[in-house]
Amino acid sequence: MIDKRFELAAAVADVQDGATVLVGGFGAAGGPIELLHALIDQGARNLTVVSNNTGSGNVGLAALIKHGRVAKAICSFPRTANSTVFQDKYRAGEIELELVPQGTLAERLRAGGAGIAAFYTATAAGTQLAVGKETRRFGDREYVLEYGLRADFALIKCKRADRLGNLVYNKTARNFAPIMAMAAKTTIVQAESYVEAGEIDPEVVVTPGVFVDRIVAIPNPSQESVLVASGASYP
Amino acid sequence: MSEITSKGVGWSRREIARNIALDIPDGSIVNLGIGMPELVASFIPSDREVLFHTENGLLGMGPPPAAGAEDPELINAGKQPVTAIPGASYFHHADSFAMVRGGHIDICVLGAMQVSQRGDLANWSMGDGDAAPAVGGAMDLVSGVKTIFIAMTHCASNGAPKIVEKCTYPLTGAGVVRRIYTDLAILEVRDGALDVVAMAPGVDFETLQRHTQASLVKPRVARTA
Repeated sequence: MIDKRFELAAAVADVQDGATVLVGGFGAAGGPIELLHALIDQGARNLTVVSNNTGSGNVGLAALIKHGRVAKAICSFPRTANSTVFQDKYRAGEIELELVPQGTLAERLRAGGAGIAAFYTATAAGTQLAVGKETRRFGDREYVLEYGLRADFALIKCKRADRLGNLVYNKTARNFAPIMAMAAKTTIVQAESYVEAGEIDPEVVVTPGVFVDRIVAIPNPSQESVLVASGASYP
Repeated sequence: MSEITSKGVGWSRREIARNIALDIPDGSIVNLGIGMPELVASFIPSDREVLFHTENGLLGMGPPPAAGAEDPELINAGKQPVTAIPGASYFHHADSFAMVRGGHIDICVLGAMQVSQRGDLANWSMGDGDAAPAVGGAMDLVSGVKTIFIAMTHCASNGAPKIVEKCTYPLTGAGVVRRIYTDLAILEVRDGALDVVAMAPGVDFETLQRHTQASLVKPRVARTA
């Protein structure tokens, strides 16, 4: 019988030093806070993290970076009004940054997850972010070659998961989660509710269970924005 | 402040937003950048139906919620709480940027640090190496959205012209801007030159040219806005 349920600590226990980890979330919406805190507790270092931002306040992804666990960030917007953690590390030369336009980041994940090695996009053609990349003209436009992105693990959050790993999300907390689930060898989901197979209408499943490996039930997840507003820091 | 804006001449930020809103046709799908562009939504005439897209996964974005009704999982690209109108849809980032990069969004309104007379846009980096750079979705939007409008002050806060012959800041995209809406004028990029579509009350062509580091094409008929 297929059962993807894990306890929180066990779900992240095999994240090895040097792993590439996809982290869902956009701003303070959709960040898998409990999984990130479990990863801090677990202790893996020298990680490459792929995420749109670099965390808020001193919790979640920002806390992982603050504790020196992240060697490299691949992201589109490593700034937030409420956190200086990434900027401080960057200025100190303690973290590497690969800056990727947001749509290119999304497409690289989708491509990686779909077995597509690379693709051409008009985004960033003629800009600094295309320097050193292959370009090619199709018709009257220049396009930039971008590579699909795959990772060892994805940490994402959803609203509801069933026993087979089918997922639905909540509003704009969905953001990168479905494509990160596709692009990781091992996708770890924290779900606000866990239900039996059949309880999610197949017509409304957003992420089919084939893309999901581990489900951790977190019934009342922390909201990153609430933690930040309260001045919390982890641990 | 530049000489002209310090005299209180020119359109206010809200008037710039109104000028843009009046140029958005009924039925348009529109993406609004962070800052002044966000003001555009409230000036869409009530007889037009315009759908707002926010690249973090919502088509049919509504106004901000009432105080106390904010949902931390319903935000816009500027990370501010928003609402969803009846008929809205949520989707993941690759679908959202397929809308952007696939040419399914009609108009995007963005802020700018510099715009050149051939429509080059610089709005993501000052080119200094100290702070970590951040680009977000700006390069995707300018490469994929059909029409790019710019909302900005005509000059920087130190008075330096922002409309220039050639951008000195790193480009977001080359030849991507259609129209520039400032406190002093509305300009249209046409064949590598800037046509003056309208000037703010109290602004004459010579004054406008003096505050612009690119050659302007004099209007045949000045529009009153």
